[in-house]
Amino acid sequence: MTVHNLYLFDRNGVCLHYSEWHRKKQAGISKEEEFKLMYGMLFSIRSFVSKMSPLDMKDGFLAFQTSRYKLHYYETPTGIKVVMNTDLGVGPIRDVLHHIYSALYVELVVKNPLCPLGQTVQSELFRSRLDSYIRSLPFFSARAG
Amino acid sequence: MAIFSVYVVNKAGGLIYHLDSYAPRAEAEKTFSYPLDLLLKLHDERVLVAFGQRDGIRVGHAVLAINGKDVNGKYTADGKEVLEYLGNPANYPVSVRFGRPRLTSNEKLMLASMFHSLFAIGSQLSPEQGSSGIEMLETDTFKLHCFQTLTGIKFVVLADPRQAGIDSLLRKIYEIYSDFALKNPFYSLEMPIR
Repeated sequence: MTVHNLYLFDRNGVCLHYSEWHRKKQAGISKEEEFKLMYGMLFSIRSFVSKMSPLDMKDGFLAFQTSRYKLHYYETPTGIKVVMNTDLGVGPIRDVLHHIYSALYVELVVKNPLCPLGQTVQSELFRSRLDSYIRSLPFFSARAG
Repeated sequence: MAIFSVYVVNKAGGLIYHLDSYAPRAEAEKTFSYPLDLLLKLHDERVLVAFGQRDGIRVGHAVLAINGKDVNGKYTADGKEVLEYLGNPANYPVSVRFGRPRLTSNEKLMLASMFHSLFAIGSQLSPEQGSSGIEMLETDTFKLHCFQTLTGIKFVVLADPRQAGIDSLLRKIYEIYSDFALKNPFYSLEMPIR
């Protein structure tokens, strides 16, 4: 059980943060293009889901899984998207993603007057706190499982 | 109904079969007096609620019927434009039924192709080696399961999130497809299934 990587996007598609812990395969395209592709895929999935849904949705798209990994998604009403790729053994972690937003992003980046919003987060404090939070999660194992 | 719909997508991403079983779609009928406290807009040949929410009517709901008669896209059953009709105070009080719009065949075709691409992107962005495409997509109202065969045909099932046993259902659908469609000499591959 492990976490592969984490993306943070804002409402305009700018990738605010990306970190990886256990990633065996790179996408074969540059990081810039990968962020754009990921954001585009999520945008399309959201619109796909809202059209397909037989009932009115409250939370919308939550997660998807393939044969090797599971992608978890959380979006705030302001358009900030937290995306985490884990392996298949992990259950619903919406509260974890919410914590990353509220206790890490809002506290350390939004409330910091020296952190400009709308661009990649440079704050070293945010990066290290996020890293230690992820490593402290019960489903994160240091050995890639 | 635990299974909402079944779609079969061919190798090129075109929809070759779709089946919607009856799903309880959210609908609300109310009598309104002038002025209407919901903002309506024309979108894709349908009249949708753009702003305003009351009593089960939400943003995104479409006008389904006026005074009990089903509307035909953006025209009422009598051929008048819905937006004009509802803008005229002489027609009030009026009873309007709102609900989630049903998908037209064209929209289903577009959504099937969209899913075909998303399936491929899901495999490309994988952090692990040898990942398949999206096999299961989860939302709070439905779960979408997809099974891709070795020949590239995708069987997609939309079901209730708590429904179990969809994997065996997908394989069973594959069996039925190979028995009745492929073994039929008059069926051409990758074409819509009749």
